[in-house]
Amino acid sequence: MTTTTSTPSATTMPGAGAVAARRGGLYAAARLPRGTAWATLAASWLVTGGLFGILDAAGASDGFNLVGTIFFGTVLFDVAIWSLALLVEGRRRALDRLVTSLVSTAFVIALLPLVSLVATVLQNGLARFDTAYFTESMRNVIGAGGGGLHAIVGTLEITGMATLISVPVGLLASIYLVEYGRGALARGITFFVDVMMGIPSIVAGLFAFALFALATGNPGIRSGFVGAVSLSVLMIPVVVRSSEEILRLVPNELREASLALGVPKWLTVLKIVLPTSIAGLVTGVMLAIARVIGETAPLLIVAGFTASMNYDLFSDRMMTLPVFVYTQYTQAAGLHAQAAVDRAWAGALTLIIIVMVLNLAGRVIARIFAPRYGR
Amino acid sequence: MSKRIEVTDLDVYYSRFLAVQNVSLTIEPRTVTAFIGPSGCGKSTLLRTLNRMHEVVPGARVEGRVLIDGDDLYAPDVDPVLVRRQVGMVFQRPNPFPTMSIRENVLAGVRLNNRRMPRADADDLVERSLASANLWNEVKDRLNLPGSSLSGGQQQRLCIARAVAVAPDVLLMDEPCSALDPISTLAIEDLIEELKQQYTIVIVTHNMQQASRVSDRTAFFNISGAGTPGTLIEYDDTATIFSRPSVQATEDYVSGKFG
Repeated sequence: MTTTTSTPSATTMPGAGAVAARRGGLYAAARLPRGTAWATLAASWLVTGGLFGILDAAGASDGFNLVGTIFFGTVLFDVAIWSLALLVEGRRRALDRLVTSLVSTAFVIALLPLVSLVATVLQNGLARFDTAYFTESMRNVIGAGGGGLHAIVGTLEITGMATLISVPVGLLASIYLVEYGRGALARGITFFVDVMMGIPSIVAGLFAFALFALATGNPGIRSGFVGAVSLSVLMIPVVVRSSEEILRLVPNELREASLALGVPKWLTVLKIVLPTSIAGLVTGVMLAIARVIGETAPLLIVAGFTASMNYDLFSDRMMTLPVFVYTQYTQAAGLHAQAAVDRAWAGALTLIIIVMVLNLAGRVIARIFAPRYGR
Repeated sequence: MSKRIEVTDLDVYYSRFLAVQNVSLTIEPRTVTAFIGPSGCGKSTLLRTLNRMHEVVPGARVEGRVLIDGDDLYAPDVDPVLVRRQVGMVFQRPNPFPTMSIRENVLAGVRLNNRRMPRADADDLVERSLASANLWNEVKDRLNLPGSSLSGGQQQRLCIARAVAVAPDVLLMDEPCSALDPISTLAIEDLIEELKQQYTIVIVTHNMQQASRVSDRTAFFNISGAGTPGTLIEYDDTATIFSRPSVQATEDYVSGKFG
C-alpha cells in the first residue's frame, strides 16, 4: 500500500485517510519550501555578482560594482521568484510573491543610495577625521594640514540662531492656526506657509542680504546673523507645518476636559496641549534643523567664507560646514589637491554626524517627554 | 453648595442650524435630573449650554436664559471660565490627562489655574476627592502612576474626582457610563447617589434603567425628524415618567416602542 494514493476507494481505509488528513486533504496546495525566497535572493545576488566580477576581471569596469550587483540582483530576484511560484504554486500565489518582492525592491532602491552615500563619505572622510581637523582652522594653511573647527563653530552658531528665531515664530504660528485661527486670516497664513515651503534657498539668501544691506546701508554686508535669518526663512514653514500636524493630533477631549475644569484657554494650550504633543514637536524641530543645516547657497551669499575663526555672529564673514566643503573642493588644485579634497570629505562626514547626533538627541528628548500611556 | 438651575425659552444654534428649540425647565438643588431621548435630540447640546461648553464649538450660540440661583449665565459680562469652575462636567469617554499622574490629574483643576497650594492641603484635597469618587482605596498606593494606567471604570471615577476637586456647585454628566461595563456602571451609579447629597447633578443617558435608578426627575427630549430641532416633550418626576407619562411619545419611548 503506497501512502500517496488518491483514488476514492483509498480514502475509505483508515490508514490512507489519516495520511490524507495530515497533508491537508482537499485543501492541500503545492507550496515552495520555506526559505525559498531568501535562497532565491542570495542566488540572484550571486549571479549578478558573478557577472560584475567577470566584467571587473575583463577590465571593462573600474572596480567591482557592489551597488549594481545588489540592484540588478534584486530585480533578477523579482523575476525568478515570480516564475518559480508560477510553476509550482499557481497564479494567485505567484502574484502575491511578485507584489511582495516588488515592494521589497522599492525598499532596497530607496535604501541603496543612502547606504552607498554613507559608505562613500565614511571611506573618504576618515582620512582627515583627526584631532587637527577638530582643533585647527584654515588660517595660514597652504597645502596639507589645517582643519574645519571654524566651519563647525560657524555651522553650530548659525543653525542655533536660526533655530532660536524659527522655533518660537513657527510654534506660535501653528498654535494660532490650530487653536485660534478662523476664516480668511488662517487660510491666508496656511497658503503663504505653503508658498514659503517652495522658496528656492538662494532666494531666501538674497532676501536676507537685501534686507540687511538696505537696513544697514552697507552693500557688502556679511555676517553669521544674516545667514541665520536667511535660514530661518527656510525653516519657519517647516516648523509651522510639522507642529500644526502634531497639534491637530491632540484629542479634542483633552482640551474640553481642561476647559470644563474652568481652565482658561491659554493655560489649556500651555499646560495640556503642548505637553501632550511635546514629543512630536521636538521631532518636527529636529527635522527642520536637519533641513537647513546643510544649506549652502544662502550662506555662500550672506555669510561668505573665511579661513579664520569667527565666534561673533554679528560681524564679519563666518564659515559653515557646507560652504567649507564647497570651497575646499573648488580650490583643490595643484600639488596639494588631495589634501583639500580630503578636508572636504571630512567636512561632509562631520555634517552627517552632527545631523545624526541631533536626531538621536531628539529621539531621547521625545521619549523622556512622551505621554505615559498604559501600564 | 448646590444650586437651582432655571432654563427659560432656550434655543441653541450651531451656526444657522437650530439644534434645540424652546426649552424651559427648572432643576432643583440636591437632585439628580436625567435627560433621556433618542440620539440627535439635543440632550448633550442642552447639557453643554449649562456650563457654556457648547460655545467651544465654532459657530455655536444660544438664545434664551439660563439662570443659576438667579444669575444669568449668558449675561454679557459673564466670564465662561468662571461659569465652568462652578459647573463641573464629566464626559462620555474617560479622558484623564495622559501626561499626568493620578495625583496630578486630581489636582489638575487647581494646578492648571496656577493656584499654589501647600503640600498638606493638596494631599488632603486628593484624598477627599478620590474618596468621594469611591476610588481612594483602589489607588492610594499608586498615586504617582499615570492616570491612563487605570481601567476604564477607574479612569471615569478619576475624572469625576477631578471634577469634584474644584468644588463645583453643579455636576453635569454626559453619558458617563456608556463606555463602561455593568460593574463599573454600578460603582458610578452608587457614586451619583452619594454626590447628590452635595451637588446638583444633571445626567444624560441612553439607558432608561439607569435613568429610573439614579434620577429624581426625568426630562424626555425628542425630534420629529432628521434636521429638525430637538424639543422638550415632558419633564416630571422620574416615577411619573416611567409609570404614567402624560404624553404618548414618552410612553412609547420608555416602553421601548421606538428609539
